[in-house]
Amino acid sequence: MSENVAIIGTGHSKFGTRKDVNVAELCWESIKPAFESAGVEPKDIDYFVVGTAGMWSSEAAVPALIAEYAGLEPKGSMRAEAACATGSAAIRVGYTTIKSELADLVLVLGVEKMQESPSSTVIELIGRFGSYFWEFENFGLTFPGYYAMYGTAYMIKYGATEEDFAKVAVKNHYYGAKNPYAQFQREITVETVLKSPYIAWPFKLYDCSPITDGSACVILASEEKVKELGVEEKVWILGQGTGTGTANLSKRKDFTSLPSVVHAAEIAYKIAGIDKDDPVKYLDGADVHDCFTAAEIIAYEDLNFCRRGEGMKLVREEQTYIGGRIPVNIDGGLKAKGHPIGATGVSQAIEAYKQLLQKAEPGRQADIVKGRWLAHNVGGTGHYAYVTVYGLEKR
Amino acid sequence: MEQKKSIEEFGFPLVVDEKSGALQWLDVRELNIRYTISIENIKPFYEGLRQGKLLTTRCKKCNELYFPPQKDCYKCFSSDMEWIELKREGTLETLTVIFVRPPSFSMYDPYTVAVAKLDDGPKILAWLKGDPRKIRPGQRVRVEIGRRKEGYMMYELVPLG
Repeated sequence: MSENVAIIGTGHSKFGTRKDVNVAELCWESIKPAFESAGVEPKDIDYFVVGTAGMWSSEAAVPALIAEYAGLEPKGSMRAEAACATGSAAIRVGYTTIKSELADLVLVLGVEKMQESPSSTVIELIGRFGSYFWEFENFGLTFPGYYAMYGTAYMIKYGATEEDFAKVAVKNHYYGAKNPYAQFQREITVETVLKSPYIAWPFKLYDCSPITDGSACVILASEEKVKELGVEEKVWILGQGTGTGTANLSKRKDFTSLPSVVHAAEIAYKIAGIDKDDPVKYLDGADVHDCFTAAEIIAYEDLNFCRRGEGMKLVREEQTYIGGRIPVNIDGGLKAKGHPIGATGVSQAIEAYKQLLQKAEPGRQADIVKGRWLAHNVGGTGHYAYVTVYGLEKR
Repeated sequence: MEQKKSIEEFGFPLVVDEKSGALQWLDVRELNIRYTISIENIKPFYEGLRQGKLLTTRCKKCNELYFPPQKDCYKCFSSDMEWIELKREGTLETLTVIFVRPPSFSMYDPYTVAVAKLDDGPKILAWLKGDPRKIRPGQRVRVEIGRRKEGYMMYELVPLG
C-alpha cells in the first residue's frame, strides 16, 4: 500500500439539460479531454470504473457502453454506486486499485443523465435513498425532506434563519456564474431564494440543487507511471476517508451533524497529515456537498472548519468566499454547477485539480499557498460519506 | 398519446424537445415497479398496530431494544427476541413539510414528516397531524393509529396540549 496515486488528466462535460446528446455521447465529452490532458490513449488504461446511480436513464451497463464507445474493450471494469457520493466511490475504487498495485493507470468516469426521465419520476426515485420500507413507503419522504429535517433542527438549536440558508445559495450562484460548465450561470439575491416556492419546509426551490445531466472523468496514475510518462501537471490524492450512516433517520442521534462525515474526515485528515483540530490551516479551499443550502453549513462544522453552531456565522460574514477564512464551492457547488449524481464526486476532484494547478476561470481562482484542496461528498442524508484531500506535493 | 401521434406522423416514436429543439426518441417500453417485501419476522408489529399498540423487539439475552423492530441482535448475535409494548408518548425533535410530493403520494395534500423521541428511548419517524406552524421546540406528542386514504392503518404523531 505504498504507491502514491495522482490525477494526471481531467475532462468535464457541460452540466445542465443535455437533450442534445445520449448517455454514451455525454460520457465521451469528458473522456476525450481526460485522455488528451493526460497524454494517454484508451489502450494504455489498465482498468476503468464508472460511477452512476442510474434508474432514471436508459442505459444501466455504462461500463460496457463506454468500453464500446471509447475503445476500452476488453479492459476490466465495474460500476460503483453510493447514492450522491457515487462519484467519490468510483474514485475510491480507482485509488485503491492502484494502491494495491493491481493497476498503474485507471480511468474513473462519473455520469448521470437524470433528465431522460420526467422530474416527477426523479423525485419518486431519489426519495428512496434512505430506508425505503420504514421512511419512504408510508411517509413519502423526498430527498429535500430528509435534509430539511436537519435544517429545521439546526435552526432550532442555533437560531439560524431561512435567510442564512439563502446566503449559501447566493454565494454558490455567484461563483457558478463564472463557471462555463455550470448548469446555472447567473447570480441571484437573497430575495430570489426567499421568494421561491417551498419544496420541503424550510427549503425553497433555490435552497435545492437541481436535477442535472453531466459527466466528469479523471485519469489516475501510480507514482511509477507518473515518472514513466514524465507527467508535469498532476495533483496527488493525499488521503481519503469514508463513512456510512444508518438507513433510518429515526436512528440518528441528532439532526445537526452527520457522524459518517465526522468519521470520514478524521480518517482523511490523519492519512493526509492534517491536524484535525485546525484543518483550515492546511487547506486552500474546499468543495462540500451542498445538495441543500443547510447541508453546506453543517458540512463546515462536521469538517471542523469552525466550531459547532458557527457555520452560519461563516456564511453571514462571507468567510467562504475567495479571500475569506476558507473558500468553499467556488465552482458553484452542487447548487449552481448542478448535481448529476454519479458525476458530482468526480467533478469535485476536477475542481481540486483546477484550483491547485491554478487553471480556474477568471474571477474564481483561489490563492494557492498551502497546496491542498478538500472534497466532501455525501450520499443520501449522510448514508455515505467520502472526504478526500488532494495536494500538489505527494506525502 | 404523444407517442401514438408521432408514430403516425413520422413512422417513429419521436418528439422534438421544446427548449433545445433536439430530437428525442420517446421510449416505447414502460416499466412499473412494485415490490413484495417480507414482514414474516415482524408480524407482531402489525398485530399490535391493529390493537392500537406500538410493539417492538428486545433481545432476551442482552436487553438491547430495537425500533423499528428487527429479528436479530447484532450486539450478542442472538435471534431470541421478545416483543414489548412501547409507551406511546414522546417529544418532537424535528420536522419538515413536504410540498413537492412524489407522484405515488400525489393524492395527499402537503404533509408534515416529523421525528419524535419516545419516552422509552427509541425515536420514531411518522406523519404529524395538525398545523405544523403551531408546533414549538420541545412539543410533546402521542403516537396514534390512523387510517390512510388508501384504507390501511398506519401510526402517526399527534401533538399533545
